[in-house]
Amino acid sequence: MASDSLPLPGSIALTPSQEGSKAWLETVHEWVITVDHKRLGLMYIGYALLFLVIGGTEATLMRIQLAHPQATFLSPQVFNRMFTMHGTTMIFFVAMPIVFGFGNYLVPLMIGARDMAFPRLNAFSFWMTVFGGLLLYFSFVGGDGLYGAGSAPDVGWFAYAPLTATAFSRGHSTDYWALALLVSGIGSIGAGVNFIATILSMRCQGMALGKMPLLAWMNLVMAFLVLFALGPLTAAQIMLMIDRYLGGHFFDTQAGGSAVIWMHFFWIFGHPEVYVLVIPAFAFVSEIIPVFSRKAMFGYPAMVAATVGIAFVSLSVWAHHMFTVGMPSYGNAFFVLTTMVVGIPTGIKIFNWLGTMWGGKIRFAVPMMFCIAFLFQFLIAGLTGIMLATAPFDWQLSASYFVVAHFHYVIVGGILFALFGAFYYWFPKMTGRMLDETLGKWHFWLFLIGFHLTFDFMHVPGLLGMPRRIYTYEPGRGWDIWNLICTIGVFFQIAGVLVFVFNMIRSYYRGTPAGSDPWDAWTLEWSTSSPPPAYNFAKVPVVRSRRPLWDLKHPEDPDWKYE
Amino acid sequence: MGTISATIPETPWTLPSKGRVGIFSLIAAESAIFSIFVVAYIYYIGKSLTGPTPRQVLEVPIFDTICLLSSSITIHLALSALHKAKTGVFRAYWFATLALGAIFLVGTGQDWYRLIYKEGFTIHTNLAGTTYYSLVGLHASHVTIGLIGLTIVMLLALAGKVKQEHAERCELFSYYWHFVDAVWVVVFTVVYIIGR
Repeated sequence: MASDSLPLPGSIALTPSQEGSKAWLETVHEWVITVDHKRLGLMYIGYALLFLVIGGTEATLMRIQLAHPQATFLSPQVFNRMFTMHGTTMIFFVAMPIVFGFGNYLVPLMIGARDMAFPRLNAFSFWMTVFGGLLLYFSFVGGDGLYGAGSAPDVGWFAYAPLTATAFSRGHSTDYWALALLVSGIGSIGAGVNFIATILSMRCQGMALGKMPLLAWMNLVMAFLVLFALGPLTAAQIMLMIDRYLGGHFFDTQAGGSAVIWMHFFWIFGHPEVYVLVIPAFAFVSEIIPVFSRKAMFGYPAMVAATVGIAFVSLSVWAHHMFTVGMPSYGNAFFVLTTMVVGIPTGIKIFNWLGTMWGGKIRFAVPMMFCIAFLFQFLIAGLTGIMLATAPFDWQLSASYFVVAHFHYVIVGGILFALFGAFYYWFPKMTGRMLDETLGKWHFWLFLIGFHLTFDFMHVPGLLGMPRRIYTYEPGRGWDIWNLICTIGVFFQIAGVLVFVFNMIRSYYRGTPAGSDPWDAWTLEWSTSSPPPAYNFAKVPVVRSRRPLWDLKHPEDPDWKYE
Repeated sequence: MGTISATIPETPWTLPSKGRVGIFSLIAAESAIFSIFVVAYIYYIGKSLTGPTPRQVLEVPIFDTICLLSSSITIHLALSALHKAKTGVFRAYWFATLALGAIFLVGTGQDWYRLIYKEGFTIHTNLAGTTYYSLVGLHASHVTIGLIGLTIVMLLALAGKVKQEHAERCELFSYYWHFVDAVWVVVFTVVYIIGR
């Protein structure tokens, strides 16, 4: 499969690996003090996977509680903590670190650089994210301070005022929540700054902006969104802490403050955040689909323009999370319109991916299967999004399980599927070993069935009026069977993830050696050895087209003649 | 690498400086934080349920403002001197910048002392107090960080370690300082002109 000319001479490690001869403690020490973008990327990913298991466990506990009406598996208090921790963990300590991790690992390799622009800032950002996660989970122990047993935040992941006021949220659990987000937010801003500087200033010779891999483009746009989204979140957390610690009145309605302004500030962050997560998912799909269709990306400039367009529009859609607070009709009309406009560039993207596959020689390897599932599921997620963007429809279904089903369709059916695809695609580069295809197919089908059982059927109780965040419900409302199916689906998903984890561990030790270019791909990361040496490229590459490795493998018909 | 590079004619390949891109990105993120505080300030003007109102207690810090804004000029002069390798002039103007920034911070401190101990106007008093101390305090914390940076460079300059080749790094820092000054123009307008 791999081209004989790869890895390029000189790109292989010049010094022989000394792994295995080192003491265990020395290895740990090396990883803790590292500023290497690849190691930091792997640590981001590992950290996120750990929290994925924790957040997934929390979701499972909730689904067990909801499988039957009037269940007593979890108490109402614990249920509140579980959905708060599940949401906060999954967004801030799974999804964000994992996309930063892949970005960290891949961006410098794909633009022909030896590291990120600011390696030490990179390490700082990672460790801030780590400490944020530790602060959040310390609340299980220290949430009540000296008053009694521990507790966790129970105010929901968007923590609406006045629930977060000291009068309603006693103890310190909400403080840990705010601090965790503040600390990890600073880390994210650092990462955003670093991505922008890396992509704009570290490209190898010949890699003009119009010749960058789409993954680099999309990470650039994602980083800009991080700057403009995380700032408002940080500001809102500072205000919340001023209210809680210094007796401020920002969100204190008793003193003239406004609970609604918290909603605005949170969603000014919250909606662009969705695109911070989904644009890297688009990036993975945009790299994987062309390689497994054996065609160059269809409509590259349109793809870039659509990404920039989505990012731009996403900054002015936030109040579609707030149709039920009662905005003036022109406010509603504005946010309905902007939200629906997002559908246009997103549609362009879907057609571009289909256009890439059209007439291609499609190879149904596991990364491609996850990407094809992504296409279908993300389309459905977008369609329910357009339904919810219609204000009168949203008045009926806001804060119902229909909304929960919609955004899990985006995050699990869209982002997580793209991420699984990315794992199967780049694992060989990161470890030098292929992930097992048969186990991968088991993972794919189990997770696909589980996902659809859970989240397809979750729309129904929503339409029947089941509100989100209730810890139990009465029998005879027609919700029972749907909830049971949702819970059964969870166990298929767990089985899929277990197969995935087993596959990673087994393949790391026993997988087929990957070689430098197992997929016959075209971007620069495949020109160096797997895993790449610390300095990535012995000689910094020079490129002339969007597919430098195609040019190298096909000197008789290079891309740069046509671009 | 032969196959790729051999066919490429040697063309000049220049990219934006990573330091410049980095500092401007940081400034963009900081602007987002400040805009939220400014929006909150404007939104809450006149919404306090109890007194005192800003008009009753706030005094316009004209002298401090002049000091802070002039420090943008002195840091600019310091950098042009450094670009020409006139390190003595650089040190003098850099010190002036540091002094002007410090005067501003001391002025804010005195103002707060008066407000808290004489007027009894604290962050807890009413919405006006909450928004005033948060916005001005957020700015003052940025001035403090700037002063720490200015002091470090000053100490290095006194030790004779800041030379012409460091001009670009000092310039990156000066962008941050200009940003802090520009934010003060916004804060001043919002707090002392619109809000009072």
